[in-house]
Amino acid sequence: MDVLRITFLRIVYSALLLAAVVVLNFVMIHLAPGDVADTIAQSMGGADAEILAQIRADYGLDQPFIVQLGQYIWKVLHFDLGSSYYYNRPVTELILERLPATLLLVITAQTLALVIGVVTGVFSARRPNGFLSHLVTIVAFFGHAAPVFWTGILLLIAFSLQIHWFPVGGMRDVTVTGGFWAHSFDVARHMVLPVFTLSTTFLALYSRLCRASMMETLGSDYVRTAKAKGLPMRSVVYKHALKNALSPVITLAGLQFSAVISGAVLVETVFSWPGLGTLAFQVIVARDTPTILGILFFSALIVIAGNLLTDLVQRLVDPRVRTGQ
Amino acid sequence: MSFLLKVENLRIELRMRAGVAPVIDDLSFELAHGESISFVGESGCGKSMTALAIMGLLPEGIGRVASGKIWFDGEDLVAASPARLRHIRGNKIGMIFQEPMTSLNPVYSVGEQIAEVLREHQGLSRKAAWAEAIELLDAVRIPNPETRATAYPFEMSGGQRQRVMIAIALACKPKILIADEPTTALDVTVQAQIFDLLRDLRRQTGTSLIMITHDMGAVAEMAERMIVMYAGRKAEEGPVDKVIAHARHPYTQGLISCVPHLVAHLTEERQDLNEVPGIVPGLAEFGQGRCLFASRCARATERCLTTRPEEIAFSDVHRSACWHAEGM
Repeated sequence: MDVLRITFLRIVYSALLLAAVVVLNFVMIHLAPGDVADTIAQSMGGADAEILAQIRADYGLDQPFIVQLGQYIWKVLHFDLGSSYYYNRPVTELILERLPATLLLVITAQTLALVIGVVTGVFSARRPNGFLSHLVTIVAFFGHAAPVFWTGILLLIAFSLQIHWFPVGGMRDVTVTGGFWAHSFDVARHMVLPVFTLSTTFLALYSRLCRASMMETLGSDYVRTAKAKGLPMRSVVYKHALKNALSPVITLAGLQFSAVISGAVLVETVFSWPGLGTLAFQVIVARDTPTILGILFFSALIVIAGNLLTDLVQRLVDPRVRTGQ
Repeated sequence: MSFLLKVENLRIELRMRAGVAPVIDDLSFELAHGESISFVGESGCGKSMTALAIMGLLPEGIGRVASGKIWFDGEDLVAASPARLRHIRGNKIGMIFQEPMTSLNPVYSVGEQIAEVLREHQGLSRKAAWAEAIELLDAVRIPNPETRATAYPFEMSGGQRQRVMIAIALACKPKILIADEPTTALDVTVQAQIFDLLRDLRRQTGTSLIMITHDMGAVAEMAERMIVMYAGRKAEEGPVDKVIAHARHPYTQGLISCVPHLVAHLTEERQDLNEVPGIVPGLAEFGQGRCLFASRCARATERCLTTRPEEIAFSDVHRSACWHAEGM
């Protein structure tokens, strides 16, 4: 099958890309001044050069750079991301523990942004001078201009501190008892503000793009043909215009996926969401190199998987992509 | 005699920044069952607007029927509800457009685009509509219709796409087929094929045809009667052979003399190829109480500049709106 062959090729390219990312990350972390020995010495309240050298020898930091790189790549190839200096646990274990929380946040925010963005985009395209259209434009500019940590903190003050609708932070309330549904509801309640904060920025982008793209397709010759066929308005708009208008939105969503993940770092920190973002923040401050590299590796993996998915969806929506025309 | 379509004193206004312009000004004509008429004129004369008005597809918020009636099968389409118009569009009146390259939806197979109209108007099931779509592709002479039905528009040539458009327009066996410059975007050999196809299908189905064109050759080939439009008004109307043999309007004469004639031997003296000097007036000038062609006309006199010409009949069927028609 053609689709399978191309998917396979894409996966091969993705693996090569991932290898490049691993090497680049390692080089960049190595270039940054300071290492874990400094942090450990600091937490001990200072240490002399001899103890520092001892710590470096313990962690293999005294080896030449190229040897360290070689050892790291060898380990990654065996799915071993090393062990955290700071938590004293295997990095993979640490990350896999945090990953579901981040994925839950990122995927919910991205889906919500896409769905609401497309719906408001379509409605405002049908009445480009209507109330909703202007509202979308204003909210879009606001949402895109406001940094996520600022929006997040304002929402916290308004909805958690003033009117107590939502919890201040975290993902679960330890006092909640009950079955699966009670816990799901608890997590959902904790998710509302972070998801809203994270999706606002992207919602604005998708909505504006979808509006512009819909306005173009609604004025196209094939939409006129659809009307001349006597099709109902719902079919003209959703079947004939929207499917064509979605193409640029899907492309953008794929490109923005990495931005959503980096936005998640800030949002997680603001709402103390127990995901990769808060972990990244902690280990960067602690100069925990193996964990930082591990998080970067997993982020790259998620972004690459997201792009692969975008490609496949794009091919489903637009037959012209299938033959490269 | 009863008419299938009768347009009475139609006035279509376009809203523009400078005000309202009548793109169609007091147009009346009739179309009999099975008849074929052709609208002729330069770009911007209101030919396409007439077609869109009949379809109820004037550009929303910009164009509207200001006055007049469009009688179709005893029903006034101007007063018809949107739902009623939707029932007529694509079902009783089919339309093909100028640009086959962009008139089909790029993301659906051509079979689906034909089957869709059958499901909508004839209530066919998915399977029956698809089978009928293949029949239609065969009828418009697309080879291997079963496999081509699954093809997407970008996999077809311009001529094939226009055949698909014809299949869509004729799917529900409409009483009228409107063809808005159906061959303008196609090359000459394909044009001839499309005309052949339209003629054959018309013979089989008895559909009336309204063809919009600026190609006099196409008129002579396809139509029984022609209406020459100029600046939103009817300039001349009559049977094609009569009008071409003896045009009673200087604009029609100009259009006819624009057509190049082939000569058998290169040694023969060739006639000069004429043009109609000047351009169609801007929309702002439409609707003025004078002959709008006067600025381009060699025969123009004082009267042409002050009074709008009335229609003069030369026989029951041949009419011209020119003050000098009788002297031509």
